[in-house]
Amino acid sequence: MRDRGRIITGLAVFVAVALAPVWQAALHGAARRPDPKIVTTAKQCVEPTAAMRRDHMELLNAWRDTVVRRGQRTYVAADGKTVTMSLTGTCMKCHPNKKEFCDACHNYLAVSPYCWECHIEPKEKS
Amino acid sequence: MGQDRRGFLKLAGLAAVCATARESLTRLAGAAETEPRSSAKAPKVRWAMVVDPRRCLEQESCTACIDACDHAHNIPAFTNPRHEVKWIWKTRFDEAFPDQDSRYIDPALTSEPVLALCNHCDNPPCVRVCPTQATWKRDDGIVAMDWHRCIGCRYCMAACPYGSRSFNWEDPRPHIAHEDPDFPTRTKGVVEKCTFCDERIDRGELPACVVACKAKALVFGDLNDPDSEVRRLLRTRFALRRRAGLGTQPEVFYLV
Ligand code: HEC
Ligand code: HEC
Ligand code: HEC
Repeated sequence: MRDRGRIITGLAVFVAVALAPVWQAALHGAARRPDPKIVTTAKQCVEPTAAMRRDHMELLNAWRDTVVRRGQRTYVAADGKTVTMSLTGTCMKCHPNKKEFCDACHNYLAVSPYCWECHIEPKEKS
Repeated sequence: MGQDRRGFLKLAGLAAVCATARESLTRLAGAAETEPRSSAKAPKVRWAMVVDPRRCLEQESCTACIDACDHAHNIPAFTNPRHEVKWIWKTRFDEAFPDQDSRYIDPALTSEPVLALCNHCDNPPCVRVCPTQATWKRDDGIVAMDWHRCIGCRYCMAACPYGSRSFNWEDPRPHIAHEDPDFPTRTKGVVEKCTFCDERIDRGELPACVVACKAKALVFGDLNDPDSEVRRLLRTRFALRRRAGLGTQPEVFYLV
């Protein structure tokens, strides 16, 4: 039993390292949720906010295919409202602050949609 | 009533031939190429263009149609001429009509450049070779582009006998003088060409080049409508099509 001291110190170090995420979070606070800024005066998005947050990439894909492959450019939302299906012309008219809005979430998630290689993003002060 | 092995094999061979013959026969007859989608319903409109080169030449060295197109579609102006991207452009008469014996045609016509653009062929070879259906023929006859699908393989460029397709060898963004946010640019590694302004046609407008031409040398309309301006012109005057002998059925007509 002469090694008791060493074993206990070793165990203590192991537990501290294994629980690093826990005490890191306690020290620095949990990772912050992204906070996308709304600048438009409009009350509502194309579809309800929860649906947009969850499915906006699906919606954009559907818009793309309907416009490009079927030549239809008007979208009828679930509530009967109609909008022109356009990434730059519609989404970015209400959300011109791409850096603080789209990118706020996307950077947090480490996704970088390649759409902007072609679609022209609104001019912003950096 | 016994069946020997030899008889059985003969029968099996005959059955195999019958099973595969139908497909190869229809393919030989050329019927296999018809797309199920287009046969679903008869097309109502068939867009086409009539070019009047004489009217065009009245406006000496005018480039209004080309400029309007370049602007509307954010077409880059690369400095390297071998990288040129063109949707509508001017070319030598004998290059536009290499199969035409032009020796005795009015030299006023043949010695001057003529406008060239995608012919929106009725039998487009580019569509046939595209592996991703990034280019396809719409029901109204427009040979459209889906830039989201283009993988830059350039098969379509090899297939097009008119040189109507251009490849982006470089990033086009720095070479666009005035970006128009209403139309996306393209990226390096993507093929592009004239789309008859499908984005304007979907909104009920005429192509940008047609609107820009003050001399009314470009006439756009529906070939399926006997009263349309294009049909009237084709009824009253003789028109050439570029390399019609290839069987691509070009739908851009040149009045002589
Ligand atoms: C008419 C103006 C308008 C248009 C057009 C519009 N949005 Fe919105 N969008 C809003 C508003 C306002 C909100 C916030 C609603 C709220 O706070 O409940 C919002 C919310 C969102 C959200 C959720 C943000 C969050 O905090 O969770 C996303 C994602 C979004 N929009 C994406 C898009 C996309 C993509 C398009 C184009 C398809 C688009 N929006 C078009 C006005 C618009
Ligand atoms: C509330 C946060 C949030 C906002 C705001 C937001 N996005 Fe997203 N976006 C996401 C999430 C989450 C994904 C899905 C990531 C994944 O699939 O891994 C995504 C994915 C996408 C994709 C698909 C990317 C891919 O590679 O498949 C596109 C396109 C897109 N967003 C466009 C937009 C645009 C345009 C805006 C601004 C108008 C926007 N988003 C604003 C959260 C957001
Ligand atoms: C290679 C260039 C390119 C890329 C990359 C690209 N697009 Fe497009 N997109 C186009 C072009 C060109 C059009 C045709 C515009 C027209 O006909 O008005 C278009 C049309 C669209 C349209 C309908 C019309 C409009 O003005 O918005 C939508 C929606 C769209 N794209 C969404 C997307 C999304 C989402 C992405 C990223 C996931 C994306 N695109 C990436 C080139 C591109």
